[in-house]
This record gives sequence, C-alpha cells and structure tokens, in this order.
Amino acid sequence: MSNQSIDIAGPPAVRRSMPRFSGLWVLLGLIAIMTMMPLVASPYALLLMLPFIGYSIALLGFNLLFGTTGLLSFGHAMFLGLGAYTAATLTSKFGVLSFEVLLLTAALVSGLVALLTGALCVRYTRIFFGMLTLAFGMLFHSFLFKFYSITGGDQGMRVLRPLLLGMEWRGGKTAFLTGPFYYYVLTLFALLGIAMWRISQSPFGLHLRAIRENAGKAAYVGVEIFRMRLAAFVVSAIYGGVGGTILAVTTGLADPELAYWTHSGNLVFMAVLGGSGTFAGPAIGALAFVLLQDFVMSITQYWRFVMGGVLVLLVLFMPQGLSGTIEVLANRRRGGR
Amino acid sequence: MAGLVDVVLGGTFHAAVLFLVAAGLQLVFGVQKIVNLACGSFYALGAYFGITAVSIAISLGMPPLMFFPVLIVAGLAIGLVGFPIERVLRTIYRRDESYQLLITFGLLLMFQDVFRFLWGATPRTMDNVYLAYGTAHVLGVRVPTYNLLVITASLAIALGLGAFLERTKIGRIVRATAENRDMAEGLGIDASKIFALVFTVGCMLGTVGGALVVPSGAASLDMAVELVVESFAVVVIGGLGSMRGALVGALIVGVMRAAAISLMPELEMLSVYLVVVVVLIVRPAGLFGKAAA
Repeated sequence: MSNQSIDIAGPPAVRRSMPRFSGLWVLLGLIAIMTMMPLVASPYALLLMLPFIGYSIALLGFNLLFGTTGLLSFGHAMFLGLGAYTAATLTSKFGVLSFEVLLLTAALVSGLVALLTGALCVRYTRIFFGMLTLAFGMLFHSFLFKFYSITGGDQGMRVLRPLLLGMEWRGGKTAFLTGPFYYYVLTLFALLGIAMWRISQSPFGLHLRAIRENAGKAAYVGVEIFRMRLAAFVVSAIYGGVGGTILAVTTGLADPELAYWTHSGNLVFMAVLGGSGTFAGPAIGALAFVLLQDFVMSITQYWRFVMGGVLVLLVLFMPQGLSGTIEVLANRRRGGR
Repeated sequence: MAGLVDVVLGGTFHAAVLFLVAAGLQLVFGVQKIVNLACGSFYALGAYFGITAVSIAISLGMPPLMFFPVLIVAGLAIGLVGFPIERVLRTIYRRDESYQLLITFGLLLMFQDVFRFLWGATPRTMDNVYLAYGTAHVLGVRVPTYNLLVITASLAIALGLGAFLERTKIGRIVRATAENRDMAEGLGIDASKIFALVFTVGCMLGTVGGALVVPSGAASLDMAVELVVESFAVVVIGGLGSMRGALVGALIVGVMRAAAISLMPELEMLSVYLVVVVVLIVRPAGLFGKAAA
C-alpha cells in the first residue's frame, strides 16, 4: 500500500492480461500432472481424484453463474443429483450402459430442468435468487427422498458400471475406475475446461460479466439480461449434470444426499475456497476441498467442525480464496519490484 | 371434523415453534441484513441444552411439573451464545451476501460436531415429562396440554416482541437502525450495541424454540439442517424481514405439513416447497414483505 502510485501505473495492465492466459493454462497444467499420476500414485489417491474431477466440472459451470454472472445458487446440487439419478435410472432400470449416452442424457435432462426452473429463478437476483434455487433443490430432494418406488428413497439407486466408447471393461472395480475411467473423465475434464474457457472469453461471456458489474447499464447498451442469465443457468446446469454422473459412477450409487442443500453449500464452499474470481480457482478449490476433507476425516470424527472452521476463517481472512490470494501476492511482488 | 381439528392443532404446535426460530431469523435479517443459516443450530442447541437442564433440575429434586419454566429459562440462558458469535459476524456486515451465507454455513457445520461431541450421535429424548401436564379435550380431540402451553407461550412471545419493537424506546431505535444504519449512527446511536442485542435476542428465540419442542420429540444431529430449510420456507412465504410474515408463514407451513402427513405422507415437505415456489413466483417479496430488492 505504501507505493500506491507505482501500483496504479503498472500492474493493472498486468493484472488484466495475466489471468487471461494463466487461467486455462493452470487448469491444463493441472490436468497434465494428473495424466502422469497413475504412474506414481496409489490407487487410493487416484480414487480421490475422481470426485475431484466430478466436482471440478460441476464447478466450472457453477462459476459461470456465480463468478462470471454474479448469481449465487444455493440449490446447485440439484443438477448433480439429476445427473446421478439419470445415470442410475438408465443403467439399473433400462439397461443402457453406454457412458456417452449417460452423459448426453444427463446433460439434456439437467439442461431442460434448468430451462424450466431457470426461467423462474433468473428473474431475481441476490438473496432471492439463492432462496428460489434452494427451494427448487429441496423440492427435488424431497421427491427423491419420499418417492421410494421410483428413486429408492434414502437407500438411493445403484449405478452399474458403464461401457466406455462402447467397450466393456473387465477386472475389479478399482482397476476400472483408476484405469480407463480415470483417463476418460480426465479427457472429458480437459475438453469441458477448454469449452468453458471459450464460453467465458466469448461475447456471451462478456455480456455475463457486464450483467454482473451493472445490470442496468448492461441492459441500456442492449444486453438481453434475462436470456443471457438463463443461458448461463442452463450451461451451468449441464456441467452440473455431467459432474453428477461422474460422481455417481465413481461411488456406484445415486443417493438423495447429493441433492441436499448442504451439498449445494459445499459447492459454494469449494468455489470460494479456490477463488471464484479466477477461471481455474474453483477447480483448485475442489482439489483442496477433497484432499482436506479426506485428510481431516482420517484423523478425527469431528471433521465437520474442522471444515466449518476452515470456512469461517476463509471468509474472514482470505475472501479471494487460494488462487485469488496467490494472484494478489504475485501482483504485490511485481508491483513492489 | 375431529381429523381436521387434529391437523390444525398439530400444525399449530409445530407452527408455534417454527415461528420462534423464523422470528429470530427475521429479526437478524431485518436489522443486520444477514441470512443466518446457523439459526437451525441455535434451535438444536436449545433442544439439547433443554434436555440436560431438565434432567439436572429433576435430579436436584424439582417436581416434574416445573419442567416448562425450566425449559424456557434454559433456552434463554443458552441463547447468550449469540453474543460472542455476533462478535465474529460483525466483521462481515458490509461484505457480499455470499460470504455472509458461507460464514453462517461454516458455523452450522461446526455446531453439528459440537453437539456430537457433547451429546453423542444418537438422538436424545426427554422421558416422562411430555405428558406430565396431562391431556386436554379440544373440540372432541385429545391433545397433550403441553402443546397448548407451547402455543400460548409462543403467542405471548410474539406479542411481547411486537410490543417491544413498536412501543419501547429501544424497539424504536432497533427499527431505525434496521431502516438506515448510517443515519441512525449519525443521530448518535451506537449501532454495534444494537446489533449485539438484536443478534442475541434472535439467537434466544431459536434456542427457546428448540427447548420447547424437545419434550414432544427428540434432539438429533440432523434437526439443525432440517429446520434451516423449513424456517427458510417460512420467511420466504411470509416475506423477508417481516414479523407478521413469520407468524403467518409459520402457520401456513405448520398446518400444510400436518395436513400432508395425515393425507399423503409422501408430500410432507414437497407441499411446503411447492408453496414456497408459488409464493416466490406470484409475490417474490413474500406475503408481507416489502418490494423485492
């Protein structure tokens, strides 16, 4: 803060251009490291990476809504639930095992539901948007929980092992998940990451950012606020559905907890932990969350206390999240010469 | 007819408790503009502490008939934890809503394990006192007298709270701070004291609600997160920040649930959320709320 004049002269240009290039590269760098992981890491560590990938994909979408458009959804777990239950219904009730079909159907179902609920939700902003999405999420959860004959109630539904690219994979569950499935979803993660990068850098992404900064001004210069917000909602739901499908195949189970509101809270937690202001932030948050939760659960049964405490401290002292804080520190160093 | 009375009475009992928690939520939202997800934890805290307080009171030789006042006092006393919590929340009043929601979500998670540590993971019940006051006949339906006591107590608290906010000097200051904090401070009001008071009272409403409900059921680890969404439903239906809204919203949610349980149990919570969605679509500000922000 002491050399404010220098700060104003130099870094803003740097700050604006640096994340433009770093965001995607950080993500792809992370994915590149993960392609090497099966060579060195234990099967347990690889199994941990699968929920990370699922959550990361969901959060890429979530952050289009939260970070880019400025809409905080507290019911986003609904789309993870939709993806998971689509996979469960197709595999165990209809015998459809092709993973590609599962993903496409999950994306389609989530997108359609988002189109309907979003048309109502995106008319509101701020806390009202959060509450309406929460209400829809809980509506879906209580449907899952109570309609035992369709959804299996609190028992959930089994998700059978899918075929990848039409091929059947033999061997144990762990071998399947850490082998072909791992590479498959990692590739998917990379492709969806690049797609989201293109979306966020497109004119559409700029419209969303303009809406976040000042909806009134954006409308004045011709941004169609309702349609743009709805489109962002649908895209984020599709990513959520795909993420949910991956989570469900990983655990082999779709259960109502996936759609419960505390799960939505966890998604927000991950996004803020990594830093919702940056492109790769939420993925980093998902990684940190999954690793932290696994670590804390292994040492104490009171892991919720620790996670809650981390969240409180995070909000109080590190509101930009991990990636935001690193960026600030980097900029400060550069500004200070 | 008897079935209808049963539903209305059962629903009103639930509504009476729900109102207390929702009123706490409304008070804090009205003044501090924070949606407090930890309100469910206060409710659960009141329930657990109520059990402990009553069992201590009985072991000290207090007659079982005294358990109702014991519960109220226990609820009020443990509600004082709101004071230190407000100290933490104080730092984020001017921050974005997402952070306020998240920090209270963090508190909710922490509280859940505090309960697990202090009272264990299995649900705790309070035995042998629920029917200590016997049962009463209302329009041909037998109800525990305790339920009627709780309904009366909740109504009394509602009226007292209304009188406090409308008629007393401090109440007027609270309303002024809610309306415009900076202006109130400009007029020489210490807003931080008002905030501490309001949050503590809001917390007490939750803990008293929890203490009053526990004789009829059990205190469990899930009750906090479950009640959060229910009291959310109440404030959304009634309108954020409105006390009247909390009362009407609690009645709607309480009776709706009781009706659904006796007619179609699958629709228990579904019906509540349906009402929420319909209200938000038709009147986004809720029945008694001001225009949506």
